Amino acid sequence: MSNAVAALSAQEVQAIRQDFPILDLQVNHKPLVFLDNAASSQMPSAVMARWQHYHSAQHANIHRAVHYLSETATAEYEAARQKVQQFIGAAEAREIIFTSGTTESINLVAHSYGRSTLQAGDEIILTTLEHHSNIVPWQMVAEACGAKIRVVPINDHGEVDVDAYRCLFNAKTRIVGLTHVSNALGTINPVREMVAIAHQHGAVVLVDGAQAAPHLALNVQELDCDFYVFSGHKLCGPTGVGVLYGRAALLEAMPPYKGGGDMILTVTFERTTYAPIPAKFEAGTPAIGAVITLGAALDYLSNIGMDRIAAYEAQLLRYATNRLAAMPGVRLIGTATHKAAVLSFTVDGVHPHDLGSLLNDDGVAIRTGHHCAQPVMQRYGVAATCRASFAFYNTEAEIDVLAESVARVQQLFS
Amino acid sequence: MDSRQLYQEMILEHNKKPRNWGLLELSTHRSEGVNPLCGDHIFLSLRMADDRVEAVGFSGESCAICKASASMMTTLIKGRQRHEAEQMVQEFRDMTTGKLDPAAPHHLGRLTVFAGVRDLPTRVKCAVLPWHTLHAALAGADVTSTE
Repeated sequence: MSNAVAALSAQEVQAIRQDFPILDLQVNHKPLVFLDNAASSQMPSAVMARWQHYHSAQHANIHRAVHYLSETATAEYEAARQKVQQFIGAAEAREIIFTSGTTESINLVAHSYGRSTLQAGDEIILTTLEHHSNIVPWQMVAEACGAKIRVVPINDHGEVDVDAYRCLFNAKTRIVGLTHVSNALGTINPVREMVAIAHQHGAVVLVDGAQAAPHLALNVQELDCDFYVFSGHKLCGPTGVGVLYGRAALLEAMPPYKGGGDMILTVTFERTTYAPIPAKFEAGTPAIGAVITLGAALDYLSNIGMDRIAAYEAQLLRYATNRLAAMPGVRLIGTATHKAAVLSFTVDGVHPHDLGSLLNDDGVAIRTGHHCAQPVMQRYGVAATCRASFAFYNTEAEIDVLAESVARVQQLFS
Repeated sequence: MDSRQLYQEMILEHNKKPRNWGLLELSTHRSEGVNPLCGDHIFLSLRMADDRVEAVGFSGESCAICKASASMMTTLIKGRQRHEAEQMVQEFRDMTTGKLDPAAPHHLGRLTVFAGVRDLPTRVKCAVLPWHTLHAALAGADVTSTE
């Protein structure tokens, strides 16, 4: 990230906040302080309006008919595909597959690519940081194929041990599952370097970008990854939609995942032939409205600029880290040098669940628990942590509210 | 309901200094209770004699609501008959799900302090877990979960 990129100013952020009606909500008679963005982000009015407009003037089923609405809906759907292509820097639009989310995207690759290529004794490398959605599908496939999973350790800061990673490779390594940004710790992994190592050994890499796409400017060609996945609802889009990016050559060679309409060329009871990509992996009527709304979300973010968003969030992270680190009894979990705006912490003598409940009384929404990353929790010897995760519509004033609220809870328990 | 009202002195006190803390060396019944959604984990050991709770001890890692509920539960059931303890389990479950009016006759004593949890659906499981675990221990089960 270039030093020359100007972070969002306080005034710009105030203007941005006006775009998000939910930020005016009161919880328990207090202003909402929404710091659970890693779980799901909020939607600006313009993006909500896109859904409304689609269903007011453009909706019909796509790829089906020659009438005006069907052609319009199809054009908008495909335009959204191109928006995604541009947003992540993919070479071709047909390399963008729309799914129901990150989890489905990973399952698609695990079952379609994994099952068709893995043989008994083959190996899959995952890191300790992975979200359950980038562990369980591989476990299912490994069991079905007789493959083995090897895990890359992390250090106490929550950084992946790249040397240990390198040493895990052997002649049997076929697939690497790698998170771009850890949802539990915020660690940003050196993806480009790790992809290069994997390719030296002939393995393909699926990068889980669920926590990265909302916070970093992406270029999948620069990363050189084979698959990249993310969800719409984590970057101001609707729930129920996500993306799988895959290299065209790989996707073309992969067998279909779900069967049904749209993913076929011809169907007879004797033999069915499949459509080319991306259609091959988009069986049935997709979440058309949601896809188009996702396109609007990407427009909204691109308008602000992902680099500027990243720079502003880095400021928020620094502010929050300093404030919390200065509080006695508060332990930061995950202190990697390169982090996205996610702050996991524990408070001595206060269980995360109690903290979360009491913070909620002050209008503050954080997440407590294992964050679907039980291996990370185990690594740090905790059952759960508190997690505050920031977006470009959060402010330093909100971080102050968080810190003051935590201090009051510490008082209560003392 | 403001969850702060739940965190009043008695609960904070029992969380800080839980009674009957530590598993029994000699026990006749034991069980483990887990709430996978929030990470509460309770271990319970009982020593029954003539169908009476002679001794009880618990340990584990849990939130304040769970720990205080467990602590107060152990003081209440000590010396009681098995059927009385089972009745208390039912009454506690009913009270925390709004099916039992704390003003009506019951055997829960000061545990009515948990009545408010019925308005905090995400915390009901925390309060109930120790009782769930007690029920499992009395039935001879090893592990129980809130799910």
